[in-house]
Amino acid sequence: MAYLTVKNLSVGYENRVVAENIDFIVNKGDYLCIVGENGSGKSTLMKTLLGLKSPTSGEIVFGDGLKRNEIGYLPQQTAVQRDFPASVYEVVLSGCVGKNGWRPFYSGADKALAKENIEKMGITELANRCYRELSGGQQQRVLLARALCATKKILLLDEPVAGLDPRVTVEMYHTIAQLNTDGVTIIMISHDIAAVKYASHVLHIGHRPLFFGTREDYIASDVGKVFFKTEVYDDDN
Amino acid sequence: MTIIEKLQMYFQFDFVRRAFVVGILVALCAALLGVILVLKRFSFIGDGLSHVAFGAMAVAGVVGVTNEMVIVMPVTIVCAVILLCSSENSKIKGDAAVALISVSALALGYLVLNVFSSVTNSSNISGDVCSALFGSTSILTLSKAEVWLCVGLAVAVIVMYVVFYNKIFAMTFDQNFARATGTKVKTYNAIVAVITAVIIVLAMNLVGSLLISALVIFPALSAMRVFKSFLSVTVCSAVVSVVCAVLGLLTAILFGTPIGSTIVAVDLVCFGIFSAVGAIMRR
Repeated sequence: MAYLTVKNLSVGYENRVVAENIDFIVNKGDYLCIVGENGSGKSTLMKTLLGLKSPTSGEIVFGDGLKRNEIGYLPQQTAVQRDFPASVYEVVLSGCVGKNGWRPFYSGADKALAKENIEKMGITELANRCYRELSGGQQQRVLLARALCATKKILLLDEPVAGLDPRVTVEMYHTIAQLNTDGVTIIMISHDIAAVKYASHVLHIGHRPLFFGTREDYIASDVGKVFFKTEVYDDDN
Repeated sequence: MTIIEKLQMYFQFDFVRRAFVVGILVALCAALLGVILVLKRFSFIGDGLSHVAFGAMAVAGVVGVTNEMVIVMPVTIVCAVILLCSSENSKIKGDAAVALISVSALALGYLVLNVFSSVTNSSNISGDVCSALFGSTSILTLSKAEVWLCVGLAVAVIVMYVVFYNKIFAMTFDQNFARATGTKVKTYNAIVAVITAVIIVLAMNLVGSLLISALVIFPALSAMRVFKSFLSVTVCSAVVSVVCAVLGLLTAILFGTPIGSTIVAVDLVCFGIFSAVGAIMRR
């Protein structure tokens, strides 16, 4: 059974449906890239997958031993985080909170896991620095390390390269690809066409018919061609 | 008489010692909560809820209950829960909701006091309102029972804060992440709301409605000028708050100034010092 099976899902706010009839599956080890124009419902879909809001109709089935709270999450940055006094270590360690249930304090294993993930993301020398003083790329690495503390199974990344410069963007994509090679399933939202290059599957929402399939099929498809062509056109300008 | 001798004389009185115990505890609790509230963008909730408590007190006075806490505490807690637990998608959010509730409660409270002034036999409405808003001398007239109540509540608040510290951090830093990874954010939000309401009602005795915000935000803001991790900010905020409360109380007793305003003035000076230190450190 797949990690995630999404059947005829509609997402939206209150009575307004933003995206409907979404079907896709995510298997262990997949790298799914969700693309679509602004306002096509990408972020709403993400929130629904995370259980932050309930679907307006349809269902999301968790399988293959994946539980709802075993999804790691890399959010878009919020205004609060930017001036929050917190050390890198504190932020990464807070990824373990969800697993602890009512247990109030972190265990030795939690702390070891946090250190391990800090090392994995190459931010060891930043561990005692203040989160708000880091560059955008460094902050994203911290949040990735935190997400890895929450789960080793599946990560949802919401526009992970938004606001990063081109060099850091490429580094970020490499890091994410490396995590995927190490066995972490990835679901990434992006409106950056370059992101598709690393994905094994693509879901394009906001279009009729909606596209879901492998990357190769997407590049060959009509909707994929249009998407790629507009990007090329934009680059020429 | 030297200052020391003067203080020795004052500390012989029970009511002075009680005022110090209550003042220190309230300042400590307010500072701990302040860190969360400032970061959650709820700096003004102290002011808002204290107006609610003022409104409830007015109603309690008119209804004529013997212990007005019976009305004040539940009403304030309900309002705190409504404000802090309303979802991000609610129609009226954050600052607007606080302002709405605060202004309404203040207006209704004053209205009730005015209309029913004959019932309560209080000939001095403006005096009552003034003491509720700016802090009365009630901190100097605390009974033994009130002191113990305050000690009990303060200990409960501190224990809860320590036990839920990690959850509170995770939730304040990133509510969505905490929720998505299985933290019961709603429950913890409700706990924070209840604690906030309790502290504010307690603090009203000390500094009055208008100055509660100061007790909540100044220590947290001062600590954030200098310290950079959540733990150090929390600890520093608690220490700063207690030190300022003690200095404020001493000054107020020695020079006969109003207690609430004096504590806030000391907090303000302290904020200035921390800002300067922070600016020098960043050079």
